[in-house]
Amino acid sequence: MKRQVESAIEKFILLNGVACIFFVVLIFLFLAREGLALFKTFSPLDFLAGTRWYPISTPPKYGILPLFLGSLIVTLGATVISVPLGMACAIFIGEIAPRWLREILKAGVELLAAIPSIVIGFIGMMTLAPWVKYLFHLPTGLTALSGAITLAFMAVPTIVSIMEDAITAVPKSYRAGSLALGATHWQTIYRVVLPAASSGIVAAVMLGIGRVIGETMAVMMITGNAAVIPTTILEPVRTMTATIAAEMGETVQGSEHYFALFAIGLVLFVISFLINMTAGAFLHRERK
Amino acid sequence: MKISPQAKEKIAFLVLGIATCLVLIPVFVIIFILMEKGAQAISWEFLTAKPRMGMRAGGIFPAIVGTVYLVLGTVTAALPLGLFAAIYLVEYAKGNWLTRMVEVAIVNLAGVPSVVYGLFGMGLFVIFMKLGTSILAGSLTLAIMILPVIITASREALSTVPQSFREVSRALGVSKWQTIWHVVLPNAISGILTGTILGVSRAAGETAPILFTAAAFYLPKLPQSIFDQCMALPYHLYVLSTQVPNVNPKIQYGTALVLVGLVFFTNLVAIIIRARFRARKQW
Repeated sequence: MKRQVESAIEKFILLNGVACIFFVVLIFLFLAREGLALFKTFSPLDFLAGTRWYPISTPPKYGILPLFLGSLIVTLGATVISVPLGMACAIFIGEIAPRWLREILKAGVELLAAIPSIVIGFIGMMTLAPWVKYLFHLPTGLTALSGAITLAFMAVPTIVSIMEDAITAVPKSYRAGSLALGATHWQTIYRVVLPAASSGIVAAVMLGIGRVIGETMAVMMITGNAAVIPTTILEPVRTMTATIAAEMGETVQGSEHYFALFAIGLVLFVISFLINMTAGAFLHRERK
Repeated sequence: MKISPQAKEKIAFLVLGIATCLVLIPVFVIIFILMEKGAQAISWEFLTAKPRMGMRAGGIFPAIVGTVYLVLGTVTAALPLGLFAAIYLVEYAKGNWLTRMVEVAIVNLAGVPSVVYGLFGMGLFVIFMKLGTSILAGSLTLAIMILPVIITASREALSTVPQSFREVSRALGVSKWQTIWHVVLPNAISGILTGTILGVSRAAGETAPILFTAAAFYLPKLPQSIFDQCMALPYHLYVLSTQVPNVNPKIQYGTALVLVGLVFFTNLVAIIIRARFRARKQW
């Protein structure tokens, strides 16, 4: 009797563990079922390579290239800003700051991570956008650049916390060895510690990028929402995520437009899946 | 001119310090702006009244209530699932391909964009399971989203319980499950709670997943059951700042402040639990 209860509990717990796999598969299947339905009536090539996103014109055009490039330009901008800042911050916290300062700085970074994205978007819209408009003499401050700056701050906590873990995981003996040979603290950091932590650093950057690509609300509020192919970073753009959030409310369930938005969701899912798998592989390698 | 390594070090550390300030100063600026501009809006009426005049006046009470309902629903769904999944990984899983798959799945769940959760929740809960746009559908969507947070934290909490505790219990003839229930869990509960609260504060602030699964633009009365739509703080802030023209910024900042206050408060509770646990820990 007792043994049966034990084995029933064990099975139940196994079920909960496997549920995670089930959810990932379920998300993929749902997105695929609804997203691929678009291609019964619309050519996949026009979807992936079409340069116009006019979902409510006749005939409608569902080319995601402008949206993809919108996501790309904002992500690239945010990466260029957040990676050096995040890396500097991680090194400072992990290697240089005294213990009392370290705890304060870490709390500050956690505070940043805790602010909801809608609030960051709102503050960016109210304070950053007018500055961008004024500095570059633009008709509007809601541009890819404003989006990139805002998203950079949202990626920094991810980058800092993973990178700092990787840096502190480097064995003390490496540092001791380098210092004993007469290297300065800084030489030790960039010649010994950083190379030893490189897998974790790459993973941190990738997960930061993943965070930026998937960000929705802040980017929707601050990039100006113009679904055109961007030529400079000072123009309004629209990302893939913002398109789904902005248009899903107005579509009819089962319409071509509805399927097209799920198809964008599928593209996003695949991108984030690839990023996470790669980052996971790097983190796995680091642990070994 | 050749710069000595010591001078280089000074310069490098200065640059790193400046970069760290560049990251952290905006955090405090954001919080300062919110406090300064939002505090003017906060009043008893603002917290307890319904919005009036097309949301340009009145309070945000229905949005606060809606967020609380959503969060309670999310915890109810996510905590058992996440906890048992963590127990599986720490106590039962063998280092085989299945365990590796579960780990990969958790990493991927954590990386799925929030708006994709919104799409999925709409497709599965709202349409396929016919729950409609409701608190239930929104909570379930948010629950799947915060599952990785809860699992990761619980897993860490469970694995910090020393192996000897388990060995002693098993040596006394106690079964595996009873050992987990009576010995391991009580010693890990603080860590599990901390993780859960952090997950919850994340759920409270998310907008995209509830956009098409739970949130309503404006409701004249409070939700009566879990099958009703609700207003929610993050969505309300979105509506106020992009959908309704000519809103007094005071109300927008006030809403943002209440949302951030709620999120920070839950985080603070988590931090206190963690600190008290650390102080009490014997091993």
